[in-house]
This record gives sequence, structure tokens and C-alpha cells, in this order.
Amino acid sequence: MDIGLGHYLTVSAIIFTLGVLGIFLNRKNVIIILMSIEMMLLAVNLNLVSFSVFLNDLVGQVFSMIILTVAAAEAAIGLAILVVYFRNRGSIRVEDINLMRG
Amino acid sequence: MIIQGIAFYVFAALLVASGVMVISARNPVHSVLYLVLAFFQAAGLCVLLGAEFIAMILVIVYVGAVAVLFLFVVMMLDINFRELRAGAMQYLPLGGLIGVILLAELAAVLGGWIITPAAQKIASAPAAAMGQATNTEQLGQLIYTHYVYLFQASGIVLLIAMIGAIVLTLRSREGVRKQNIGAQLARRREDVVAIRKVPTGEGV
Repeated sequence: MDIGLGHYLTVSAIIFTLGVLGIFLNRKNVIIILMSIEMMLLAVNLNLVSFSVFLNDLVGQVFSMIILTVAAAEAAIGLAILVVYFRNRGSIRVEDINLMRG
Repeated sequence: MIIQGIAFYVFAALLVASGVMVISARNPVHSVLYLVLAFFQAAGLCVLLGAEFIAMILVIVYVGAVAVLFLFVVMMLDINFRELRAGAMQYLPLGGLIGVILLAELAAVLGGWIITPAAQKIASAPAAAMGQATNTEQLGQLIYTHYVYLFQASGIVLLIAMIGAIVLTLRSREGVRKQNIGAQLARRREDVVAIRKVPTGEGV
């Protein structure tokens, strides 16, 4: 019952894989794709924090905070782009986005 | 020790289950709510690891800001989600194959991870060297000294993201009547009020 580094890495690997799978399953729905990306970033964060704890080095947690910042910025910009796209087209189908090329 | 093990397995199982529900729920609102649940479980895992500050930041930033933003967008946009869902299963074999390959690779790489004793000595910011300070205090001592430029840079990233989101979504609509305070204040009595002598019985 001793919980080691491997346990945490396994959980974050599973979460990361679920994120990749979510992108494949919901090819048409940008919102779910953005959520999958958030989940992958969460898995990376868990990885960094667990390595930081088990290697006894705090820099990993500093790095994890930076990733959190970037994730928040990415979500805000992504959703803003989504809102503008929906306003122009009335749908969020990913397949139609390549029609926007000038 | 046994309590810790049970807590880990509960958090991990709920995290994986809610992760599955995020990508498979039919209603995107449910997806967002399962995402919130997943973030809470991840925060629990961080507490279990002894990284309390990261856990609280996870709850505040992810649940309080990012997930609520997702919820706003999902509920605000009038989207036919059933149409978007159609044909999702045709990518399941390819996606499942890639997922299995990725998971196998990650397991192969990370499964046999062993920390050598030499790695403990080259840690650039060992937690033990900071005495009895709590995790939050130790992190504060790091980010306000060694990593202060990185800290400021992340603030600038957030600022640029905020400005970008505002610039993208701001629009000035035509034909909307709004209060124009400048025009109101610039009106003078002579321009808008006229006094006429009206002869009796004739009208203006």
C-alpha cells in the first residue's frame, strides 16, 4: 500500500491519454477539444508536482505554476476566438474553420 | 500509511472516471461539471503529495476561473450539440489505437523510473534546505527571489491574454441608442429652447 512516484505518474499518464483520446472523439466540437487540452495540461502539472516532491526539488512546483498561468491565458484566448467565430458563422464546426483562410 | 493509500486510490479512481466522462458526456454542460470534479480530485492528489499551494491554486484558477469561463461559453452560445456529436464514433478505432500506443509508451518510459541518490544532491532548490517553513512559504521564497523575472513574465502573459480576449470580443454595434454623456453636457439652452409669442387663436 506504499504510494510511490510510479502511482502518480500512472495516473497522470492515463489522464494525458484521455485528453488525446478526447481530441480524437470530439473532432467537431471545439469546446470539448479545449477541455481535453486543459486535461492534458492538468496531467503535465501532476507529473511536475509529483517529480518535484519525490526529487525534493521545489522548482518543479514553480514551473507548474507557470504552466497554470499559460493554461488560463490559453483558455481565455481560445474561448474568445470561439465566441467571435460563432458570432460570424452561427456554428462552431471545426471542419468549416479552414474556409476562413484569406 | 494505509489511510494515505486509500485516499490516493479514491482520488485517482475518481479523477480517471471523471476524465472519461469529460470526453464522453453527451451534454457539454455535464462535460464542464465533470472537468470541475477532475480538477478537485487533482487538487486532492496534490494535497496528498504535500504541495498544498499548488492544490489551492488548482482549485482557484482552474475551478474558479477556467471552468466557469467554459461554463459561460457553453451556456451562452446557442449550439446544436447533437449535430456536433454525430459521427463521433467513427474516430474511435483510430483514437483508441493512438491512445493505447501513447499509454504503452508512457508506461514503458515512466514505469521503470528509479531515482538515483546522486539526483538528490543536484536539486537546485531543495525543500529540506528551507527548514520548517510550509510549502507556501518555501514557494514564496523561491518565486520572489530566484524566479522573480519568470513571475513577472507570467503576469505579463496574463495581461496580454486579458487584452487579447477583450479586443477579440469587443464590438460596437450600429443602431443601438445609448446615453451619450458628452453630447448631453454640450447642449446649451439657446440651441434647444426657443420662446415664441403665439398670437391668440392662430396657433404656432
